[in-house]
Amino acid sequence: MKAIMTVIGADRVGIVANVSCLLADMSVNILDISQTIMEGIFTMTILVDTATSPHSFDEISAALSAKGEESGLSIRIQRRDLFTAMHRI
Amino acid sequence: MLQISDIRQTLDMIDNQHLDIRTVTMGISLRDCAHPDMGSCAQKVYDKICRKAEHLVETGCAIEREFGIPIVNKRISVTPIALVTEACENGNPVAVAKAMDAAAKACGVNFIGGYSALVHKGFTHGDRRLIESIPEALAETDIVCSSVNVATTKAGINMDAVALMGRIIKSCAALTADNGGFGCAKLVVFANAVEDNPFMAGAFHGVGEGECVINVGVSGPGVVHAALKEVKGQSFDAVADTIKRTAFRITRMGQLVAQEAASRLGVPFGVVDLSLAPTPAIGDSVARILEEMGLEICGTHGTTAALAMLNDAVKKGGIMASGHVGGLSGAFIPVSEDEGMIAAAKAGVLTIDKLEAMTCVCSVGLDMIAVPGSTSAETISAIIADEAAIGVINQKTTAVRIIPAPGMDVGDTVDFGGLLGSAPIMSVHKGSAADFIARGGRIPAPMHSLRN
Repeated sequence: MKAIMTVIGADRVGIVANVSCLLADMSVNILDISQTIMEGIFTMTILVDTATSPHSFDEISAALSAKGEESGLSIRIQRRDLFTAMHRI
Repeated sequence: MLQISDIRQTLDMIDNQHLDIRTVTMGISLRDCAHPDMGSCAQKVYDKICRKAEHLVETGCAIEREFGIPIVNKRISVTPIALVTEACENGNPVAVAKAMDAAAKACGVNFIGGYSALVHKGFTHGDRRLIESIPEALAETDIVCSSVNVATTKAGINMDAVALMGRIIKSCAALTADNGGFGCAKLVVFANAVEDNPFMAGAFHGVGEGECVINVGVSGPGVVHAALKEVKGQSFDAVADTIKRTAFRITRMGQLVAQEAASRLGVPFGVVDLSLAPTPAIGDSVARILEEMGLEICGTHGTTAALAMLNDAVKKGGIMASGHVGGLSGAFIPVSEDEGMIAAAKAGVLTIDKLEAMTCVCSVGLDMIAVPGSTSAETISAIIADEAAIGVINQKTTAVRIIPAPGMDVGDTVDFGGLLGSAPIMSVHKGSAADFIARGGRIPAPMHSLRN
């Protein structure tokens, strides 16, 4: 399943490394990454494919939220279809 | 790749502007549950609802998690029960209401609609028996909703039914007096009721519908309000365009969820209802959208025009985003469920008369309005007749959900809690309409009903 991960929070060293390590541990494949600082807030969106992972979507989602809470970031994963439907005709 | 700004915009709508799917409603036909014995009929109703809706809630929750979008309500609508119990030779249809209540609770939904009768042209024995049982049914169940259609553009207005519903609403209030007349909040009197409405309390699964269907109601007053803040002071052309763009996005999301739910449950997709449905939460109000357009307070002069424009732009924006649009589709103005409406009513600016005018241009009618407990059955019937006339002449759905709150008067507020909110008691006109209502019979269908 193609999904969009968003990571939002205060900028600091190692966010990209931390998040990508976790994804690699769960065998979630990264297809595309964009990252910027919007209004002083670190904002990263990652297009991932969860089909490569042995974990269920709910397990991946729970692991990411836990990582987010631990590191003071908002990390969530949502199916790409939602954003495509709302922003593409 | 999607733009980061687009993704952020969607997250902002969900996190800060109350964007959600208001309801995923499964419509279930109960036409095959008829039985000469009321008890057996009730058992068949229970079994069928449980069988069809067994996975509704868990499927809804799974979609919620995957898309990261709240689906606030999962609900069930069924065939009007008057049709289902018509063949019962004896017994009280309340047994079926209790079966619906139990089945809905077993499935985990928060409301089930369809304890209903369609009497716009006349009553059958089964219709009358069901309507007479509504007060008891609503008092003895928790999550069953009821509706009665008393008029259509094609048939005119059944004034006998209008008179009866005034008395039924008063009985509902009396039987649930301990809860401020809560029974009345679960009862809608319609003109031109639609068969595929996913929103409560007026949802039922119409006779022209299939075996089982998924209908979705979207929402998003907060999103429209936030979008309009960006065009402050600009012309109505810009306002209309902004509403249309926003409605398009909201509806696309609704369409996506509807298709996903239908496919996972193995049930056909019915319609997306393009409605702006408020909640009592701050930032989720239709009244505040009207105020954002430049009105100092909802209910003042200009409110009807603002609502007309909002209602039209929501439909125009949404229609292209969905394969099948239906239900009520428009802006809802339930007073007790809208924080801005509550404030305007408390301030004495939003009155029943202004609300009646607003119902000419929005998708429903006088919705969740509390009036003094001393209001007579005939006055309530006359209010219903006025709304039905608006619906019949304008070929639109209108509805009355009115609560004559026992023991309360103007200045009091009746609190239902949760999504149903709290309603300041509004004053009604003192002049009697008793002789008008006592006439009975039918108000004939209007000239423009003859379109063949």
